[in-house]
Amino acid sequence: MFDITIIGSGVVGCSIARELARYKLDICVLEKESDVACGTTRANSAIIHAGYDAKPGTLKAKLNALGNPMYDKLAEELEFPFRRNGSIVICFSHEEIKGLEKLLDQGRKNGIPGLRIIYKDELMKMEPNLSDEVVAALYAETAGIVCPYEMTIALAENAAENGVEFKLNSRVLNIVKKENFYEIETINEVIKTKMVINAAGVYADEINNMVSKNKIKIIPRRGEYCVFDKSVGDMVKTTVFQLPTALGKGILVAPTIDGNLLVGPNAVDVEDKEDVSTTREGLNEVLRVAKRSVKCIPTDKIITSFAGLRARCTKEDFIIGEADDAENFINAAGIESPGLTSAPAIARMVEGIVIQKLNPEMKKDFNPIRKAIKKFRELTNDERREIIKENPSYGKIVCRCETVTEGEVLEAIRRPLGARTLDAVKRRTRCGMGRCQSGFCSTRIVDILSRELNEPITDITKFGGHSNILVEKNKEGIN
Amino acid sequence: MKEYDIVIIGGGPAGLAAAISAREEEIENILILEREDKLGGILNQCIHNGFGLHIFKEELTGPEYAKRFIDKVLKLNIPYKLNTMVIDFNRDKIITAVNEEDGLLEIKAKAVVLAMGCRERPRGALNIPGSRCAGILTAGTAQKYVNIKGYLPGKKIVVLGSGDIGLIMARRMTLEGAKVVEVDELLPYSSGLKRNIVQCLNDYNIPLKLSHTVVDIKGKERVEGVTVAQVDENRNIIPGTEEFVSCDTLLLSVGLIPENELTRKANIEISGNTGGPMVDETMETEIPGVFACGNVLHVHDLVDFVTMESMEAGKNAARYVKGMYEKKGEVVELTAGEGVRYTVPVWVHTGNLGDGVDVRFRVSNVYRDKYISVYFDDVRIMHLKKRILTPGEMETIRLKPAFFKDRTDIRKITIKVEGE
Ligand SMILES: Cc1cc2nc3c(=O)[nH]c(=O)nc-3n(C[C@H](O)[C@H](O)[C@H](O)COP(=O)(O)OP(=O)(O)OC[C@H]3O[C@@H](n4cnc5c(N)ncnc54)[C@H](O)[C@@H]3O)c2cc1C
Ligand SMILES: Cc1cc2nc3c(=O)[nH]c(=O)nc-3n(C[C@H](O)[C@H](O)[C@H](O)COP(=O)(O)OP(=O)(O)OC[C@H]3O[C@@H](n4cnc5c(N)ncnc54)[C@H](O)[C@@H]3O)c2cc1C
Repeated sequence: MFDITIIGSGVVGCSIARELARYKLDICVLEKESDVACGTTRANSAIIHAGYDAKPGTLKAKLNALGNPMYDKLAEELEFPFRRNGSIVICFSHEEIKGLEKLLDQGRKNGIPGLRIIYKDELMKMEPNLSDEVVAALYAETAGIVCPYEMTIALAENAAENGVEFKLNSRVLNIVKKENFYEIETINEVIKTKMVINAAGVYADEINNMVSKNKIKIIPRRGEYCVFDKSVGDMVKTTVFQLPTALGKGILVAPTIDGNLLVGPNAVDVEDKEDVSTTREGLNEVLRVAKRSVKCIPTDKIITSFAGLRARCTKEDFIIGEADDAENFINAAGIESPGLTSAPAIARMVEGIVIQKLNPEMKKDFNPIRKAIKKFRELTNDERREIIKENPSYGKIVCRCETVTEGEVLEAIRRPLGARTLDAVKRRTRCGMGRCQSGFCSTRIVDILSRELNEPITDITKFGGHSNILVEKNKEGIN
Repeated sequence: MKEYDIVIIGGGPAGLAAAISAREEEIENILILEREDKLGGILNQCIHNGFGLHIFKEELTGPEYAKRFIDKVLKLNIPYKLNTMVIDFNRDKIITAVNEEDGLLEIKAKAVVLAMGCRERPRGALNIPGSRCAGILTAGTAQKYVNIKGYLPGKKIVVLGSGDIGLIMARRMTLEGAKVVEVDELLPYSSGLKRNIVQCLNDYNIPLKLSHTVVDIKGKERVEGVTVAQVDENRNIIPGTEEFVSCDTLLLSVGLIPENELTRKANIEISGNTGGPMVDETMETEIPGVFACGNVLHVHDLVDFVTMESMEAGKNAARYVKGMYEKKGEVVELTAGEGVRYTVPVWVHTGNLGDGVDVRFRVSNVYRDKYISVYFDDVRIMHLKKRILTPGEMETIRLKPAFFKDRTDIRKITIKVEGE
C-alpha cells in the first residue's frame, strides 16, 4: 500500500512528487506515457509569468505570485535552465495605454514587483525589432523563461533519487474508493493507496469523475507554435505579448532558453485530448499576428512547429484541494496557464494539505540537489579536454546542430528515469532539436539506444507505443 | 597547437580530390578531417550506379567511385583522421576539432579547404502542418537506414519532392519490399535528373504528381496517411483538390542546403543564391588561403563535377602554400542574369584564366529551345543553343582567355537565358 499515488507526471505531478519526497512517505507516480513531461508540459510557451494577468483573488493570481520567485532557488538546486529575461505587453495606440494601466493596476493588486509602463523611445531601445506601430508597453522585469521539460525531468529525477517510485506506461483506467484507501486500476496492475493526487492535465476531469460526484469538465484548447533557427534567436530579448483578449494572453514572440525564437500560440477548442497536430490555418494565424509585434518575422528560418493543449476548465480557475465527497482524493486540476509558473507553489499548497491530513515526518536525508547532464556545447575548450580525457565518449559528437556528444546521450539513458526513446533522448540532450531536425543524429541515437537497452533496432521508438523508427529488415516482406 | 600546410575539412569526394591534387603539387603536410568512421562522404550510402560517367567513362556505384579516390589517398600516404568533428573555425585559419582519441584538437593551417558537403532540408523548412509522429524522415536518412543498416523505415511510402535522393529512394525502397504509392512535387517540373525519373519511377510504375504537395500529415503514433493537394502556378493550394493518401511513411526530398555552419563561424559571406560561400576562379573565398569545393559550395547533381572542381581547389591551395599563387589581371564580377539562379565562381581575375575557367550555374525554370548567352558588359560574346534546360541539371560554360583579348575594362560578366 502506497501512502500517496500521484496520477500524471507533468510539471505539476513532478513538482508535487519532489516536494513530498521530503517526507517519510511511500509515494508512487503513475504516468500513461513512456516518459515524464510528455503532456502539456512539453508544449507550451515556457514563460515564467510575472503575474499581472490573473484576476486578483483567484488561485491563479495567488499561485503565480508565489511561484515566480521560487524559480531561482529551484533552478539552482536542480540545475535546469532558467533566466529572467523580462516581458513586455505592447500596445499599438494611445487609447490602448488604458489597457496597460489596467494590467499594471491588476499586477499591483496581485502583489507583483518590478512593473512599469514604458514608452516608445525606451521600448525601441530595449527591443529594436518591434514594429513601428508600437506605442507603449507594460514592462515586467521578473518574467522569465525556462525549459519546461528539462525542469520536469529534473524534478522527477530528484524525486526518484529521494525514493519516489515512478511507474511509466501505466495508464489509469479506474479508481475505486474503499474504506480508508483507494484501489487504482492501471493497464498493468491494481495499486492500493491511502491518498490520490490528481495531476492528470487535460485528463484531470476523467480522473476526478471516477471518484467524485462533483463533475469537472475540461475542454482542451489547442495552441500552435513555430520554432525558429538559433540564428534569429536574438530577434527579441524579452517576451513580447500583445494586449490580452478574451481568449487569453494572445500570441507572443519570445526567445527560448536554448536560444531559438518561439512564436505562438493561437487558441482553438478541440475535442480530442491527444490531438497535438498543427494546422495550416493555425500556423498562418500565429505568424500573421506575430508580424504585428515584430517586423520581419523570418519565416524562412522556421525549423519546426508544435502544438499543446490547455486544460481549460469551465470553472476558469485552478481546482486545487480535496474533493468534497472523497476524502484523501486531492485535485490539482484545470491547471492551465500560468500552470508552469505556479507549479512550485501548487506543490507547496498540496504539501500543506498532505501535512494536515497525514501528518508525515520529515526525512533527515532528503537531498535537494540534482546535477544536470554536462552540456558539451556550453563547456570551455579546457573543460572539454578534461571531460574527454575522463570519458572518451564525450569526444564523439552525435548531433551536429546542437553539438551533443555520445557521452551526454549515454548519461541520459543511464540516469534514474533514463531515456528509452528518441524523443526522451531529445528532451534530455537536445539531440535532434536543431536546424536539421534529427536528419543526422537519429540514425546514431537509434544505434545507441539499441545497444544500451539491449533491444533489437526495430524495437526502438520515437515516443513509445507503435512509433517505431524502423519496421523490418530489408526484403523481409518479399517472399 | 599543431600546424599543417593544408587542412581539408570533410573526407567526401570533394575533400579527397582536393587532398590528392594538393599532394600532386608536392605538399607533404596535409590533414583530412572527417566526422564519419570512413572516408567517402555521402557516396558510401549511394549504392546505386551512375557515378563517374564523365571522369572514368564508366558507370560506377557510389562506393566504387569513392574507393578509387580513397585508394589514391592511401597510396599517397595522405594523413587523415576519422570520427573527428570540426566544431570551430576562424579567420586565422585555426580549426578546433574533437574525437575520442585526441580529445580536443586545435590546429593551425596555412591553407584550408572547406569540403563539408550538404544536408537535407527538413520538414520545418516547408512548415508542413499535421502530426509529429513516427514515419516522417528525409530521404537521405532513409537511405542510410536502408543501405547502411539494412532496415526499412516503413512499408507504404509517399515521397514529397522529386529531388534525386527521393527518386533513388523510391526505387530502393521498392526493391527492398516497400510499396511506394506516389511522388509529389510542388513545382510543375522535377528537380531531379531526367535519367532518375525514367529509371527510378517510370520503370517501376510509380506515379509522379507534379504541382502537388502534402498539406497535412495524419497519424497518432505512426503516420496513417497524408493529405495531398494540387497547387496553381503561384504554388497556392487549389481548394477542393485535397485527397487523402494512405501510407505509413513520408519521405522528404525537398532540397539540399550546403553545410556552412563552420564557414559562418569564420564570418565568410554566404551567397543567398547557392547557400555556399562566394569564391573566385581559384575556388578561394574572401579569406586568403581558404578554399571551398563540392556540395558545400553549391549543390551538385553529378559527383564528377565535384571532383573536377575540387582538384582545382586543392591545386590552388597548394600553390597558395608554396607562395606561387598570383592572381593577375582585373577582378570582374560574374552575375546571374535572367533565367539563371546563380553562378560559381562569382568573381574571375582576367589574367588568371589558364586555358579557360569553367563557370557552373543552374537555370531557374525549365526552358526549351533557348540560348545561353554570356555578356561582357553589354556585349554578347557567347550564344549557345540548348534544346532543354532544367533547374535539376547543372550547366557549365568555359570562359576562354581569348574572350578577354583586347578587352581590358570589362566590369561585369552576365550569364542569362535568352529566346534568341
Ligand atoms: C499553449 C499553452 C501555452 C502555455 N504557456 C504557459 C506559460 O507560458 N507559462 C505558464 O506558466 N504556463 C503555461 N501553460 C500552462 C502549462 O503548460 C500547464 O499549466 C502545465 O504544463 C500543466 O502541467 P500538468 O502537469 O498539469 O499537465 P501535463 O503536463 O499535461 O501532465 C499531465 C500528465 O498526466 C498524464 N495522464 C493523463 N491521464 C492519465 C491517466 N489516465 N493515467 C496516467 N497518466 C495520465 C499525462 O500523460 C501527462 O503526462 C501553457 C499551456 C498551453 C497549452
Ligand atoms: C542520394 C544521392 C544520390 C546521388 N546520386 C548521384 C549519381 O547518381 N551520380 C553522381 O554523379 N552524383 C550523385 N550524387 C552527387 C554526389 O554524390 C555528391 O555531389 C558528392 O558526394 C558531393 O561530395 P562532397 O565531398 O562535396 O560532399 P559529401 O559527400 O557530403 O562529403 C562531405 C563530407 O564532409 C564531412 N563533414 C561535414 N562536416 C564536417 C565537420 N564539421 N567535421 C568533419 N567532417 C565533416 C561529412 O561527414 C562528409 O563525409 C548523389 C548525391 C546524393 C546525396
